[in-house]
Amino acid sequence: METTVAQIQTIPLQYYILFCSALFSIGVIGVLAKRNALVIFMSVELMLNSANLLLTAFSAYRNDPAGQIFVFFIMVVAAAEVAIGLALLVVVYRSTKTIDINALDRLKW
Amino acid sequence: MLSLYLFFFLSFVALISASMVLLSKKPIHAVLYLTLTFFTLAGHYILLNAQFLAVVHVIVYAGAIMVLFLFTVMLLNLNIEGEFQKSTLMKFVAAIAGGMLFLVLIGTLKSFDVSTVGNPEMTQIGLVKNLGKTLYSDYLMPFELSSILFLSAMVGAVMLGKKDKN
Repeated sequence: METTVAQIQTIPLQYYILFCSALFSIGVIGVLAKRNALVIFMSVELMLNSANLLLTAFSAYRNDPAGQIFVFFIMVVAAAEVAIGLALLVVVYRSTKTIDINALDRLKW
Repeated sequence: MLSLYLFFFLSFVALISASMVLLSKKPIHAVLYLTLTFFTLAGHYILLNAQFLAVVHVIVYAGAIMVLFLFTVMLLNLNIEGEFQKSTLMKFVAAIAGGMLFLVLIGTLKSFDVSTVGNPEMTQIGLVKNLGKTLYSDYLMPFELSSILFLSAMVGAVMLGKKDKN
């Protein structure tokens, strides 16, 4: 276990910040550029995951378990969110026969 | 040194497959690329010595959430190529906006000195034993409440998925 600890130190924390920022930006681009509601859901998952990884990295580098507990709870909420979201998607598909989000503009003024 | 190479490899694969989620035309391909991204992220967790999170990540994301996505694609019969696309201008604008966000994040964090955060004698905290101790002592109440969240999510999903009687 000591060797693992020594090895982790060779990765600077900045690399994790860079990687997670890139992943988060890809998720944002997906939400902005796509019209398929399912792919938008996947992009939201990407963003959640990048935040999770960064929380874990900071938690590991600061030796503080609270960050990893947070990640655990974020995973709990994400699982519930996906279950509800996909059920809503099925309901939307039943009523409009499409999952194009541009079809869902009935609340538009 | 090995872990640094491993980090670069995992990050590369994760970023490529995350981009492929957006670039692939068929939703089923997007789901499979997303699964690949999740597996590389599990590798990242192992690299950070967060073994408990790595296992939970694989079980929850690669197991449960992927099955949900795949079944939704299958049930809605969405696997039609290039059905609705935003205009090229909108895609361009979205890419510019996302790239700007990336630049802003990098620019902000560049001035922030994270090197002081590093702790030389890390870390056993990611192991199941230590996380379990924290979870069942300091965070017992949220942990129990999350079961109620799951129950309500399950009831909601069943209620939404139910067919109308009339």
